[in-house]
Amino acid sequence: MKKSKDDYLTIFFISIIGIYIFIALAFPMYAIFSKSVENKDGIFIGFENYQSYFSNPALVYSIYNSLFISIITMVITITLAFVFAYALTKSCMIGKSVFRSIAMIPILVPSLLSGISLIYLFGKQGIFRELMMGYEIYGPIGIIIAEVFYTFPHALLIIITALSIGDARLYEAAKVLRSKSIRTFFTVTLPSAKYGVISAAFVVFTLVITDFGIPKVIGGQFNVLAVDVYKQVIGQQNFEMGAVVSVVLIFPALLAFAVDRIVQRKQVAILTSRSVVHEPNKNKKFDLIMLMYCSIISVFILTIIGMCLYASLVTFWPYNLSLSLTNYQFDLMDGGGWDSYYNSIRMACYTAFFGTIVVFTGAYFVEKSRSIKTGRSILHLLSMMPMAIPGLVLGLAYIFFFNHPDNPLNFIYGTMAILVICTITHFYTVSHLTALTSLKQIDNEFEHVSSSLKQPFYKTFFRVTVPISLPAIFEIGIYFFVNAMTTVSAVVFLYSSKTNLASVAVLNMDDAGDIAPAAAMGMMIFYTNAAVRIIYVLVTKKILVRFQKWRTKTV
Amino acid sequence: MNKILTTISVAVVFLLSLANANAGSLTVYTAIEAEDLKRYAATFNEDHPDIEINWVRDSTGIVTAKLLAEKNNPQADIIWGLAGTSLMLMKGEGMFEPYSPKGIEKLDPKFRDGDEPASWTGIDAWVAAVCVNTVEMAKHGFSMPSSWEDLTKPEYEGHVAMPNPNSSGTGFLDVSSWLQIFGEDGGWDFMDRLHKNISHYTHSGSKPCKQAAAGEVPIGVSFAFRGARSKAKGAPIEIIVPSEGVGWEMEANAIIKGTDNLEDAKTLADWAITQKAMEMYNEAYAVVGMPGVAKPVEHFPPGLLDAMIKNDFEFAATNRKSILAEWQKRYDSKSEPKS
Repeated sequence: MKKSKDDYLTIFFISIIGIYIFIALAFPMYAIFSKSVENKDGIFIGFENYQSYFSNPALVYSIYNSLFISIITMVITITLAFVFAYALTKSCMIGKSVFRSIAMIPILVPSLLSGISLIYLFGKQGIFRELMMGYEIYGPIGIIIAEVFYTFPHALLIIITALSIGDARLYEAAKVLRSKSIRTFFTVTLPSAKYGVISAAFVVFTLVITDFGIPKVIGGQFNVLAVDVYKQVIGQQNFEMGAVVSVVLIFPALLAFAVDRIVQRKQVAILTSRSVVHEPNKNKKFDLIMLMYCSIISVFILTIIGMCLYASLVTFWPYNLSLSLTNYQFDLMDGGGWDSYYNSIRMACYTAFFGTIVVFTGAYFVEKSRSIKTGRSILHLLSMMPMAIPGLVLGLAYIFFFNHPDNPLNFIYGTMAILVICTITHFYTVSHLTALTSLKQIDNEFEHVSSSLKQPFYKTFFRVTVPISLPAIFEIGIYFFVNAMTTVSAVVFLYSSKTNLASVAVLNMDDAGDIAPAAAMGMMIFYTNAAVRIIYVLVTKKILVRFQKWRTKTV
Repeated sequence: MNKILTTISVAVVFLLSLANANAGSLTVYTAIEAEDLKRYAATFNEDHPDIEINWVRDSTGIVTAKLLAEKNNPQADIIWGLAGTSLMLMKGEGMFEPYSPKGIEKLDPKFRDGDEPASWTGIDAWVAAVCVNTVEMAKHGFSMPSSWEDLTKPEYEGHVAMPNPNSSGTGFLDVSSWLQIFGEDGGWDFMDRLHKNISHYTHSGSKPCKQAAAGEVPIGVSFAFRGARSKAKGAPIEIIVPSEGVGWEMEANAIIKGTDNLEDAKTLADWAITQKAMEMYNEAYAVVGMPGVAKPVEHFPPGLLDAMIKNDFEFAATNRKSILAEWQKRYDSKSEPKS
């Protein structure tokens, strides 16, 4: 078949986005693997680095430590999030939307902020230090509490989705058969949510094992893999060993990724077009218990954030408790000053803008272009890859790839551009999936009609697809923005003196012992993200009313 | 179609504009306390407004490791304020552009490289000290320490913080001074006993004192300047000068070989040892490179200057690597299983 102008354009755009992902992901990953089998002078030495890694008991012990905290956190988070999600979807308690909003707070702050908060709550001068009963918050206890806080909303979102697709017809059947509610829970609710729970469990596991902010802040002498990467690279500038630990770190993350993909595929099959959404029935006792439970969790989340807010305003903890803004004088602290905050905002805006364009266009071609089947599936596969790569590893890989003197792209090293590219790549997959979901809802008839009217595809794209998908586009933009503000792991190796970031400043201020200013900078990130989210809600309400009117008419 | 192409080209131009480099500026590597950086750059710019300073700051060990790692592809133009022992080590690696700044003869001979032209010039010195939180000490019923030896008293078990010498310059000057004060064997023996009392080793040299100031630990091995700053902020701390004597280290400057901005680097190297610069350092440091300039600094403990040991920098510089390796082998494994 002769290819049309449209086909060539499609090939052109698919190639551009494909090349982008190759440069931003595949080549750097190759660089990190090859670095791990080289010595300092760049000569191939096989697995010698790995041998010396596995013969160092302190480093190997980090693997056990990492697995230990990841598994414990996974169990706790999934249990807590499941009950919370259950309350939100299957009870008739009041204040559901409030609880939901509170539960999302941890997404708006850098992960390590919860660690800082715990120091103020349970540290040697903490408000509730007696509750520790002589145990140290510095170490596995602190890490696990902080990680639960950090991963809770991620698990919650997935489990809510899984629980809300439970088919009401099954519940009806169970009721008619006079099944006890506990039995219904185990035979209907749990099986339909099974895949969501497994998926959430692996997401939590990956988040914890690849997070280094929290163990860095509150881990004390308890070493984990992610911190080892950081120590090797930043502390000792031993890049080869950093590469080795990174490769070790990729394996559990890859495994989790693979399981998640398999499970996700099965999940989709449960929901058929004939499913009916299950509406919960009132049950006073049950609703009250759920209300109490959600309140306790919410109080926990608000305490963590509230403690940081308070600590950031206290002049000199714990000896001068008068309130002042001293800790917000970032220019006098280690870490980057107010410049780093403005840099973060710029970085987040660029990431949101360019990221949304790249991701949405990419998803459009994957979903809507009729020709070039292989190109589409390759592009989809490439778009799924970033999820399997921990941010820390991606950042390190960027050093190896972009700072190589022979790389023609060497000039972006140390600039804002590399931070933006790295952040877009790091958060590519989730955005890609959001875009795909939204595009799948648009009938392919639009493309068919426009093509039979001999209209080029980009006209349909701009006149139909983009306006219809505006909610998803905004969602992607906001996702990029919020994550660009909070991410530490992907950018900690890549910032330069001119492009210091707020999230990295939190880390560095804590490192230098300026904990209160670190809390203050973390709160600045929180205020910004919260404000952006609120503006987003207001704006989308207005815009959506205009652009999405047709949706409500049909209902 | 045109619309798309325009959008793309705008985006590319935009990305490129993010990536442009600045001319007329210096990348300066340093380990000077962060709160002083803005002040230093501003004072320098009073005389040289056309040279922009881009600081890259981290703890001494980190900056040293970074410079060594970048040896073949240097990113820095000049070093302004990094431990003298690190600079001596790097001089041996041939990493500096030898240049005797104007007025070098006015510096105390200890504060300049003996070679002609000189590879490095010292600007000031920082001195070890112990920050002790009086409130927390009273709470635990501890007696105040007055010597290094006191820090090994069993009652302090788990109540002392000190910097990791691998990353912190202060940590390294502590370790190298103990090896000089107590002798090689006596020094390691002292550290073995001290290790039993250590609650944690920090990455930065100022953190133990800041933690002592905040009551997270009662005793923090740190340096006098940091203690004075925290005391000025109202922290209930005493700055103890151990009776055996205290280690100290100079901060020094050097131009990196291969800098693409040698002229500006020389201008900065010249300015950094002028009297004006020395007075600027003196606001925080009690000892500066030019004799006769220094005035007493507020909150500094009395007798500190007399307690400074006769530091053998040559010993510290040449043995830096082996001392650090030995230290790491002995103490860096606190995270290992207790089996």
